[in-house]
Amino acid sequence: MALLEIRGLVKRFLGVTAVGGVDLTVAAGELVSLIGPNGSGKTTLFNCVTGYLGADDGRVLFRGADITRAAPHRIARLGLGRTFQHVSVFGRLSALENLLVFVQQHQEENLLARLVRTPRVRRLEAEAVARARTLLDLVGLGAKAEAPAGSLSYGQRKLLAFAAALMPDPELILLDEPAAAVNPTMINQMKDHILALHRQGKTVVLVEHNMDVVMDISQRVVVLDHGQKIAEGPPAAIRRDPGVIEAYFGR
Amino acid sequence: MVDSAPLLELHEVVAGYEEVEVLRGVSVRVGAGEIVSIIGANGAGKSTLLRTVFGMVSPRAGSIRFDGTEIGGRAPVDVLKRGIGYVPQGRCNFPAMSVEENLEMGAYLRRDGKIRADIDALLARFPVLATKRRDAAGTLSGGQQQILEMAISLLLRPRLLLVDEPSLGLDPRMVELVFGTIATINREGTAILMVEQNAKKALSVSHRAFVLELGRNRFEGTGQELLDDPDVRQHYLGG
Repeated sequence: MALLEIRGLVKRFLGVTAVGGVDLTVAAGELVSLIGPNGSGKTTLFNCVTGYLGADDGRVLFRGADITRAAPHRIARLGLGRTFQHVSVFGRLSALENLLVFVQQHQEENLLARLVRTPRVRRLEAEAVARARTLLDLVGLGAKAEAPAGSLSYGQRKLLAFAAALMPDPELILLDEPAAAVNPTMINQMKDHILALHRQGKTVVLVEHNMDVVMDISQRVVVLDHGQKIAEGPPAAIRRDPGVIEAYFGR
Repeated sequence: MVDSAPLLELHEVVAGYEEVEVLRGVSVRVGAGEIVSIIGANGAGKSTLLRTVFGMVSPRAGSIRFDGTEIGGRAPVDVLKRGIGYVPQGRCNFPAMSVEENLEMGAYLRRDGKIRADIDALLARFPVLATKRRDAAGTLSGGQQQILEMAISLLLRPRLLLVDEPSLGLDPRMVELVFGTIATINREGTAILMVEQNAKKALSVSHRAFVLELGRNRFEGTGQELLDDPDVRQHYLGG
């Protein structure tokens, strides 16, 4: 069964069609990249899938359930995580605290249990801190755990946001240009980690302009142009596709 | 390319924000007419270096000389008047104003009668802007906005342009266009000091480059030397 199914999705802004009836199916465990020129509708599609924008037409199904009109936090709780192209962090909180914000609060919502700090609550908190430290090490920010996130460079904030999206351990993760502003050596580590998530059975949809990343790790590449799907296939075929070369790669 | 007296010379510059020291004694030279790139890991101090040159961060030690004059700690407007332009990371023009109005804003400090002619010349040079001259800048694509930002900075006829991550978020065709634009600006006589994570691309167009690590100089060489250096390749270019 498809984990994510997008059917005929349409989104218009003031008469401009940003996404013009896109169909996209992602099977559980797949690693799919979405590419296309600036303004082709990639981020708008992500925003519609994750509830940040209301679609004008079409449907989005996650594990068979209709999430077209669901609120972003509900969608996140269903196991659909994402990162944002333009990151924002809580500047006064430490890098570590920024990750703890992303802990799935519904694991223990009983206010009394939190106030009393039952052993279970304390164990969950300790686990969350350990997981956050592991993720910080993974993105090379281990030494910055206690530093205010506002003191991090733009690239480091991108890495922090990548780690934050992994905190709740989502089933499906949508990554919006995770490699932009990130140093090439760290991009390789990020690539390895996306592949590791994939091996664990997680499903990944990646928007990225860095073709070394897209071509190396994707099983399938979907190409958007002017809000329409113009090609879909394995990386090697997409690289040779004349329509994609014309619309995206150039020359 | 390096003159006996470089156009810009940073010597042992120390700078940072509040209790955080980001630059810990960095030395960088840019000769007149050169393209120089700064590369390094995230958080190495690359953007801070550009901000310190432009006067947005005051150096705590060391010197910054431009055309023989110490400019360390001068306000950005003074730095701008001396002939240094700055194109920051991300897009930050006036999105509701037209492309042409944005260019007029770029000439804000000028009082001469040639502004109109210069704007027309820039529009002729960047056809991608000319076709959108009456459109709100916010409706331009990311790459078009990047080119607009560079065009705006050229209105003060800088001798040195500081550019922070020009390829950020751009699709492959736009990356080519933006780097082509940087090369054109340079050929017309403006020196470029650029920070870029697309390091292979940046090194391929640079005369020289510096690698920073944790706020200190790590490597220095011509673009080709750094591209060929196995250490640099492994640690900064992703192998």
